[in-house]
Amino acid sequence: MSETEAFAGGALAIAARVRSGELSARVVTEAALEEIAASEPLLHCFNTITAERALAAADAVDAKVLAGEDPGPLAGVPVALKDNLCTRGVPTTCSSRILEGWRPPYDATVVARLSAAGAVSVGKTNLDEFAMGSSTETSATGPTRNPWDPARVPGGSSGGSAAAVAAGLVPLALGSDTGGSIRQPAALCGVVGLKPTYGLVSRYGLVAFASSLDQIGPFALTLADAAATLQVIAGHDERDSTSLAHPVADLATELRRGVEGLRVGVVADFLSEASGSCAAAVRQAADALADAGALVKEVAIPELLHGLSAYYLIAPAEASSNLARYDGVRYGLRVDGDDVQEMNARTRSAGFGDEVKRRIMLGTYVLSAGYYDAYYAQAQRVRTVILRSFARAYEDCDVLLAPTTPSVAFPIGAKTADPLEMYLSDLFTIPTNLAGHPALSVPFALGEEGLPVGVQVLAPALGEGPMLRAGAALEAVAAPGARGPVRPQLGGPLAGVAR
Amino acid sequence: MNEPLSKDAVAHIARLARLELGEAELSRFAGQLSAVLEHVEAIQRLDTAEVPPTSHPFELVNVLRDDERSACLPREAVLAAAPAAQDGRFRVPRILGEAP
Repeated sequence: MSETEAFAGGALAIAARVRSGELSARVVTEAALEEIAASEPLLHCFNTITAERALAAADAVDAKVLAGEDPGPLAGVPVALKDNLCTRGVPTTCSSRILEGWRPPYDATVVARLSAAGAVSVGKTNLDEFAMGSSTETSATGPTRNPWDPARVPGGSSGGSAAAVAAGLVPLALGSDTGGSIRQPAALCGVVGLKPTYGLVSRYGLVAFASSLDQIGPFALTLADAAATLQVIAGHDERDSTSLAHPVADLATELRRGVEGLRVGVVADFLSEASGSCAAAVRQAADALADAGALVKEVAIPELLHGLSAYYLIAPAEASSNLARYDGVRYGLRVDGDDVQEMNARTRSAGFGDEVKRRIMLGTYVLSAGYYDAYYAQAQRVRTVILRSFARAYEDCDVLLAPTTPSVAFPIGAKTADPLEMYLSDLFTIPTNLAGHPALSVPFALGEEGLPVGVQVLAPALGEGPMLRAGAALEAVAAPGARGPVRPQLGGPLAGVAR
Repeated sequence: MNEPLSKDAVAHIARLARLELGEAELSRFAGQLSAVLEHVEAIQRLDTAEVPPTSHPFELVNVLRDDERSACLPREAVLAAAPAAQDGRFRVPRILGEAP
């Protein structure tokens, strides 16, 4: 069976057909593995492909179906995992030389939950090294390319996961979002990307970058698939001390509720900072929600624009502490030295790439004596300012509407020499992480060069319900061809040709 | 506005962070880190005298459990992932010098 036939209708359609016995999980898995192998030389979405394990998992699903047992809500659905999620016995590199060859002795909670739900993990996707970047170019294994135009970046840091879904290699993938690392690549690749409320999804087994900001979430072609995945991975986990005890809403029901009476605020301060097509898409989205019965108005939240500066002090500070564990003792690379300190320094210098070194040093500096108050403590106060300004906006709004990114996908190499320019890609996604709120990016329009444009829906903590309601209304009126899958081709200004 | 970072300052930070940097790296990072710091300094001009700091999106409380034995990772599996192990422990270079 061709991959196109096997994948028809997305993740939930595959699961329904596998559960009924109409389609075997093995056939679906083989189709995904074939597509992945064929795409790898051009796109490089994957660091590791786990073909044998995937086929064994698929056979186990098929056996359950034959035996009349429940194979789970995502039975037979191929899923790709960002390579900063621990997988027992399977290399987990964070796209860093320092973890080369490391095989974790345990599975992340999300990996175990997906597997228990019948999903079939096919491999580990490329990312910016330790999730630090906005283009997947800081990866030690080389950049992932955008399937819409392989001369462009897929965004980052979860670029491999976004591109794999956009190219139709897998219907589902997981990423992590510390400052926009799910939503920004989702927007640049024309797929749905969802960052849940902080604490809704367990981070046990997610390699830590900035612990007060990191959260795991799904990529999919449709909102229904993304919501179904979140339903599977969400929920309390005693192995993550930041995991919320709150029960998870029935997300599929929320998706069908419509937007009649939903109060939507358009973040005016972001529109002037976005490119023509990214701002226009938000205005168009606002009109569509109003037409569907939502109560739409513009809101001014200028404080959110300070989020970027606060983030690039807080996240490196937390990273400098989290990455102290890479000392050549417990995992991965060791470069020998005469004493422990020399071994530590040689290992870290050889193992980390430039961006990781920059962030560790930035974090070390802003936490050091004499600078702590001026930088780190001030950033924490600005974090409070942002939380308060969101709270004011949500007094009379259920959700907020904003661009996901300032521009469409940029060419590979365009921003690598200027870290600050790269950081500005996260301007609209960062405030959500500082507040611990949920947000999603819906593929909504085609912009400059025929590249996809995402619209972002923001909601207050545990506002996944209203967020999905607004998202579903936008998905229903999105421009045809604004979302994947696309068949990647080399050359031409618009290399991606919709299937 | 604060001073840009000098190469010496970057070398000091790198030592604190256990990184060894060459001359070229020191120069490059000095320029790049100074540019980032210059941008983020904008928030130093915000009046936050009355604003408390936030370290975490939600109020965290200590998570406690009964002091009971439970399953943990097998020692061999953990040591197998280490660069060097010996006698059931991580092996590291000498920490203390020879006794005088």
